[in-house]
Amino acid sequence: MSFPWAKEYQPQNGLMKFLDEKLPLPRFVYNAVGAGYPVPRNLSYFWNFGVLAGFFLVVQIVTGVVLAMHYAANTQVAFASVEHIMRDVNWGWLMRYTHANGASFFFVVVYIHIFRGLFYASYKPPREMIWLLGVVIFLLMMATAFMGYVLPWGQMSFWGAQVITGLFEAIPLVGPPLKTWLLGGFAPDNAALNRFFSLHFLLPFVILGCVILHIWALHIPGSSNPTGVEVKNESDTLPFHPYYTAKDGFGLGVALIVFMTFVFFLPNMLGHPDNYIEANPLSTPAHIVPEWYFYPFYAILRAFTFDFILPAKLWGVLAMFSAILVWFFLPWLDKSPVRSGHYRPLFRKFFWFGLIPVMAVLFYCGGAPAEEPYVMISQIATAYYFLHFLVILPIISSIERPDPLPFSITEAVLDSDKKAVLGENAEPAV
Amino acid sequence: MIRLVGILIGLGFTFVVLLAFVTGAYTAATEDVAETAEHAFHEEAHGPEAGYSFDGPFGHWDLAQLQRGYQVYKEVCSACHSLNYVAIRDLEELGYSEAQVKAEAATWQVPGINPDTGEDEMRAALPTDYFPSPYPNSVAAAAANNNAIPPDLSLMAKARHHGSDYIYSLLTGYQEVPELLTAEFPDAAPGPGLYYNPYFANLNLAMAPPLTTDGQVTYADGTEASISQMAQDVAAFLTWTAEPKLIERKSVGWPVLGFLLFATILAWFAKKQIWASAKPRRED
Repeated sequence: MSFPWAKEYQPQNGLMKFLDEKLPLPRFVYNAVGAGYPVPRNLSYFWNFGVLAGFFLVVQIVTGVVLAMHYAANTQVAFASVEHIMRDVNWGWLMRYTHANGASFFFVVVYIHIFRGLFYASYKPPREMIWLLGVVIFLLMMATAFMGYVLPWGQMSFWGAQVITGLFEAIPLVGPPLKTWLLGGFAPDNAALNRFFSLHFLLPFVILGCVILHIWALHIPGSSNPTGVEVKNESDTLPFHPYYTAKDGFGLGVALIVFMTFVFFLPNMLGHPDNYIEANPLSTPAHIVPEWYFYPFYAILRAFTFDFILPAKLWGVLAMFSAILVWFFLPWLDKSPVRSGHYRPLFRKFFWFGLIPVMAVLFYCGGAPAEEPYVMISQIATAYYFLHFLVILPIISSIERPDPLPFSITEAVLDSDKKAVLGENAEPAV
Repeated sequence: MIRLVGILIGLGFTFVVLLAFVTGAYTAATEDVAETAEHAFHEEAHGPEAGYSFDGPFGHWDLAQLQRGYQVYKEVCSACHSLNYVAIRDLEELGYSEAQVKAEAATWQVPGINPDTGEDEMRAALPTDYFPSPYPNSVAAAAANNNAIPPDLSLMAKARHHGSDYIYSLLTGYQEVPELLTAEFPDAAPGPGLYYNPYFANLNLAMAPPLTTDGQVTYADGTEASISQMAQDVAAFLTWTAEPKLIERKSVGWPVLGFLLFATILAWFAKKQIWASAKPRRED
């Protein structure tokens, strides 16, 4: 679906006419990302991050497939095979560092993309499906990244797997047999490593499928925009090509500069030195931590230290998964008639002074040892996190008085143009 | 309905986590957390004053230093520590010729099979062999070392925070047990077979000081082999074994970033030019 004023694809020559008749891929591309797809004209750089996420998915798949040509998923040789890639495979070190840092950057970009969605309430009707698919993609990313980190079979790989698969034991009744079935044994060992490799290879393609559905679902209503006011007229939009292809190209350049700085000059900064030690089931590291992008959820997991009806460990597991599952319900928890945080003063306060600092605190505590004062701080932060989404947001979305919205995107853009030009006698918007 | 259930779940988690907070806070307030010896006496690693040639984004290998470091590894460390991921042929990267590497390989003995009888025997190594482990298996390694298996050193510089500095500090950091430690933490004093070293995570390690005297190794290039010099050189060598592609990585990185910077600047101007024509029309 598109807008009625979208430009029509016109095949230019014989070959293109042939294709258009037999297998209209050029028309499809034209209507999806070309001049035939109108997009709100006022998108900010926060709207670049979806494309960047898609880019990093492709980077991961390409580098991952190349790595898979040289990696061996057997506990006897896995660690050595990674060293073989780093030392002997031509440009293997580049593939490995790109893949490892690519995972981190994929998460950076996706987190910013999600926070864009939270601030601008992109999850509101008619875009609920895009949001739900997005949460599914995020869960798949977490599973993929977790299994990928196990593959080098270093100390953190093994012990991280031990901790996370150990969580399944907390499930009442079925926990222990479920854990044994998933691992293929009583502890992470060759069976687990082998199946993690298989699934780690598979899931990115499931993610790719979900991304296609995610973009398809997006193209039905079209993008939202910073005002949250839906597109009404042609003057509200610009064709995706060349405007947003150019803007996304620039954004990609900036992202690549930062990414390549890490890959070439700081490749191990985001990792943990313990993973350069081969896995040893008889030697527990002093501090077991996951990769940084799991820190907030790790903090929530470790915040529950008190048995209350259920064992504390089970509370931690339930809370950790619920922390992401609440996002599924956002379209129905947030009842505000206004979308964008720009026009919701009370919502904005809780977002910038509540949610963001709390996420930062949870992030920091997740990487800290499980000692005081970090545990106490995590507990307060976890309490706020759940209150924010499940109590505060439903309440303030019902009671707050939003600021007046602009009539249309065009008006919003013209108004800001007016403010930008000094001393001009501007005509009032119609 | 969803919101009602949501509010209940939210309040539920909040209640349980605050219960945990209250009980934890009570414990934290009423029980003292004892200071540990590690916390009080552990010292952060530091490198040699002059730093290393490979430091920083413009680093380069000092091949002479790497060769000296290899000599230290061979004459001091290889008695107990393996270097499993380094092949003898890799020494060509240190500036040795193919012939020199072949000769060097022959000075190492690796396990092999007698080609006539099939019996296990040691044979002279070839450049294609990897550096041999000093012990036939981990049980022998533990038995010979007070039950502490000497770790493989190939990746040591990456397996510790600030690995190169850590290696240098550890090797030069052996010292007398401080009186304060014996007084406040008598249990933390080194037991039999352990040696005090504040750069080690729990202060007492099973490795006896490997570098004990100046001139312990006679460098082939004539450099004075003080303990500090030997420690620096072997730390540099182990940085190379951990990441032989370190310098190549940095030197490829600059043209890549340079190109990306150029391309991004072009992309910026292209974007600006395209968007200059994006003025909204006033609708009727």
